[in-house]
Amino acid sequence: MADYAVDQTVDITDVVCPVTFVKAKVALEELDAGQILSIRMNDGEPVQNVPRSVKEEGHKILKLLDNGDGTWSLIVRKE
Amino acid sequence: MADAVDYKALKNGGFMRQKQKDNFSLRLKVVGGNLTAEQLITIANVSKKYGDGHVHLTSRQGVEIPFMKLGDIDSVKSELLEGGVPTGVCGPRVRTVTACQGDQICPSGCIETYPLAVEISERYFGRELPHKFKFGVTGCQNNCLKAEENDIGVKGGYQIRWDKTLCTLCGVCVKACRTNALSVSEDRVVLDEGECNNCGRCVKSCPTDAWKGEPGYIISFGGTFGNMIAKGNEIFPIIKDKGTFFRVADGALEFFAKHAKPGERFRVSIDRAGWDVFKEEMEKVYHG
Ligand code: SF4
Ligand code: SF4
Ligand code: SF4
Repeated sequence: MADYAVDQTVDITDVVCPVTFVKAKVALEELDAGQILSIRMNDGEPVQNVPRSVKEEGHKILKLLDNGDGTWSLIVRKE
Repeated sequence: MADAVDYKALKNGGFMRQKQKDNFSLRLKVVGGNLTAEQLITIANVSKKYGDGHVHLTSRQGVEIPFMKLGDIDSVKSELLEGGVPTGVCGPRVRTVTACQGDQICPSGCIETYPLAVEISERYFGRELPHKFKFGVTGCQNNCLKAEENDIGVKGGYQIRWDKTLCTLCGVCVKACRTNALSVSEDRVVLDEGECNNCGRCVKSCPTDAWKGEPGYIISFGGTFGNMIAKGNEIFPIIKDKGTFFRVADGALEFFAKHAKPGERFRVSIDRAGWDVFKEEMEKVYHG
């Protein structure tokens, strides 16, 4: 599953719900379809909820990576 | 109005006596918390014409129009009915059936709450029992409608199934699950069934739809949040079909009618008869 190259990263660990998803959404809007975004988020609520919101927006989630420092990176392909 | 006023009959019909002499707060029938714009206009007009121009929203999604006058009761009733607004009930019977918006509106919802609330209401609303009896329907484990406050609470859930061929082992569901029921091993997602509460979050979050969810009803019995406070208890696993749900609900009302002393809430009757006895009787109807 490592067959992707990240085009852009966004860090949403400095904001709280619901701004977490808004910040991720804005970052996705700046990409072209097919490009890959890595979204760094906190454990807990963000990682429980942001993936689902990204799915509901119609983007493709490729992977969720444990960064080992209490944060996670969601790898998303813009659709 | 030469005869003595039958306050009890008025109350049963939704006219609640106010502190102010000969004034009544009229309870309307609302199902599942939904009213149409037309109904709201009718309610507003009646409140302006016969009341003091305000309405009260009750804690259980009801609407009451205060300051209805004794002499206006018949015209109030007929104007409301013309505008498609039935009046409510009070007293020892099945009350307003409440519901959240459920899966037709809310992204978290697992079941259609409103049609179920309507069915429950059509079947039971106003039925006489030893004491008041409340049903509430909530769409998922977020429990916005507080299912366990009700004599019978219904909570939507999913029975889940994993499709190996669609799973990319991305790990999203493992984090989405709040009960830690999921983990990823070498080549599969492992479900600890004992920890799963049927919340459906794995289904909703899985990017490849590898988790499938079949909607079902999680039922709680004996909740009451008035003078006495007790949380309803679940005694079955999730129920998959409406037929079973209504058999169980029928059975619960029969149990109540049979075991209750007059003026006793469902919870007290179950506590007195014993939860094991209740469970045994419910299991009989559950299996049909
Ligand atoms: S209980 Fe669930 S379905 Fe109902 S409103 Fe709350 S989140 Fe939505
Ligand atoms: S979210 Fe879906 S694809 Fe990802 S690990 Fe879970 S079941 Fe597999
Ligand atoms: S239904 Fe809810 S509790 Fe059960 S595995 Fe899925 S996310 Fe976890």
